Amino acid sequence: MSACAQDAPLPHRPAARPPVRPGWAGEPLRLAALLAPAAVVFAAFFLLPLVRLILIGAGGTAGWSAYLTTLADPGHLDSLISTLALSAGVTLVTLAVSTVAGLFLVRNRFPGHALLVALLTFPLAFPGVVIGFMVIMLAGRQGLIGTITQALGAGKLVFAYSMAGLFLGYVYFSIPRVILTVMAAAEKLDPRLEEAARSLGASSWRVVADVILPALKPALISAGALCFATSMGAFGTAFTLATRINVLPMTIYTEFTLQANIAAAAALSVLLGLITWAALAVARSVAGTSVAAAG
Amino acid sequence: MPDSVMQNSFHLDAVPIRLERCGKTFAGGARALEPLDLTIRGGETIVFLGPSGCGKTTTLRIIAGLESPDPGGRVLFGEEDVTALPIERRNVGMVFQSYALFPNMTVAENVAYGLKVRKIARADRGRRVEEMLDLMHLGEFAGRRIDQLSGGQRQRVALARALVVRPRVLLLDEPLTALDAKLRDSLRLEIDRLLRGLGITAVYVTHDQGEAMALGDRIVVMAKGRVAQVGTPREIYYQPADGFVADFIGTMNRLGGMARGGTLSIGSATLPWSGPEGAVELLVRPEDLALAGEADGHLGGTVAAAVFLGDRTRLVVEPADGPALTVDAAGRSELGRGDRVWLRVDPARVLAVP
Repeated sequence: MSACAQDAPLPHRPAARPPVRPGWAGEPLRLAALLAPAAVVFAAFFLLPLVRLILIGAGGTAGWSAYLTTLADPGHLDSLISTLALSAGVTLVTLAVSTVAGLFLVRNRFPGHALLVALLTFPLAFPGVVIGFMVIMLAGRQGLIGTITQALGAGKLVFAYSMAGLFLGYVYFSIPRVILTVMAAAEKLDPRLEEAARSLGASSWRVVADVILPALKPALISAGALCFATSMGAFGTAFTLATRINVLPMTIYTEFTLQANIAAAAALSVLLGLITWAALAVARSVAGTSVAAAG
Repeated sequence: MPDSVMQNSFHLDAVPIRLERCGKTFAGGARALEPLDLTIRGGETIVFLGPSGCGKTTTLRIIAGLESPDPGGRVLFGEEDVTALPIERRNVGMVFQSYALFPNMTVAENVAYGLKVRKIARADRGRRVEEMLDLMHLGEFAGRRIDQLSGGQRQRVALARALVVRPRVLLLDEPLTALDAKLRDSLRLEIDRLLRGLGITAVYVTHDQGEAMALGDRIVVMAKGRVAQVGTPREIYYQPADGFVADFIGTMNRLGGMARGGTLSIGSATLPWSGPEGAVELLVRPEDLALAGEADGHLGGTVAAAVFLGDRTRLVVEPADGPALTVDAAGRSELGRGDRVWLRVDPARVLAVP
């Protein structure tokens, strides 16, 4: 890539230029020189590790077919499916909750409004480990929910160390991003559109279905894609809750550190990356707006 | 223009509207509208005219059901009290300055929306949409997306969408303001023809006096939340109720005069007079001041500016004392800055404010 930039003259600049502005003669070279640091960093910290990862995935006893056989392993396939289901569920629930809350917050001003928005966006500041810790405080063995259900005589309800706990944690930390996106989009809704629909006899529900949701669609798709991608790859919360939780990042971790099955770990990593990237790409093409990947 | 279609199948009921003590105070105590009583006759086109913040849009929104009047106010459509009904149950048609067309629907889907909400059968819906699109010369655009239309086309779609459900009243909020001058004129003519043809009661809000004069059967001039005058365009223009109306509608000159014993002194001239006595302020339209010779002129002055407008030349004349006067001369007039002119005043066309 950097070599290409050095060899080829820039298409819009004639090679032989009358020396009207002498300083411009060596411009392609200078541009290439300026680009070089970025290109080096890009190659060293992005391209090389990625290529290496792909090669390691194919470096096991099975060779390139490892990418297929990894998924044939029932444990891995199971892990992939449950991760996909978890992420899809988290995305849908987060979108539903955030759309309602975001619209409400944009349309209603009340004392404490700013404080509430600040509180709702607070989880943005937490790493996954802290989220996991909070889920344990809520639904763990000594958690609030368990204590309450026990006091009510319904037995101790504990679900922190399972998919349900992970689901709760992911929804909790996905809500801020989605709510902020929804609020930004809802601010831009033209109130006249709703008034026009109402003047034509539309009930509140019809206005939501026919006017508000279509207008929010691009924002919802892009926020949903981010939410999905984040849930697919998140690790800290799962790791905090239980090492047995069967999601793909945990499986990769287990293969890598406990089984020392580095080739399988690499192959699964590449698959995880591909699936997440594909989800973002589909969302981008449907929404027609830029959807950035998140870590 | 299928006038016959408009006359026969598209004549709408002419519902009178009555506003009784409709005031509006917004949260925070700002008074947007002083209590207002007004009767709009069935089939009448009434124009609310005034500068921004005068309460005209608030009044429209109270009629629409988008705002409710302060307690004690009532809105009646015919004999029915609709004060408590929200807009979706009032059966009104609305047209907005920003068009407010649904961007996720085609032209035909936009027009069909009100019928769909009313659960009109698909076949009937299709027939009525087609009829409406033809009426508005939009037939060829039925399948277009909204962003493929010009401003004038969009506003025609908005009109079609509002009218296809046969509303009891059509409410238009500055519908031409977003258009450029030429389109504005042609769409204004189209709206005028449409409103006359449909026989629907229409309420039209604008800050543009030209639109108000052209479209209104009656004009309600508003200022600072109050009605300044209600009248036909001619009444508003020739017999303004006060200085505000006089200045807001068209151009008005102000002349100082002294009336005594059946004569009026303006400048060096004395005219026969039957108006109020004493020192009076006279309001005169530019077209009612005529250029004259030194012998028969009443007022002398110097041309300070001459603007050629094609059909006429608008002169600003500075008399020896008093404020500058605006006078219309013939388009071909050669008068220019610095020329000395004489003006004649027709006392019958002068309005006196004591």
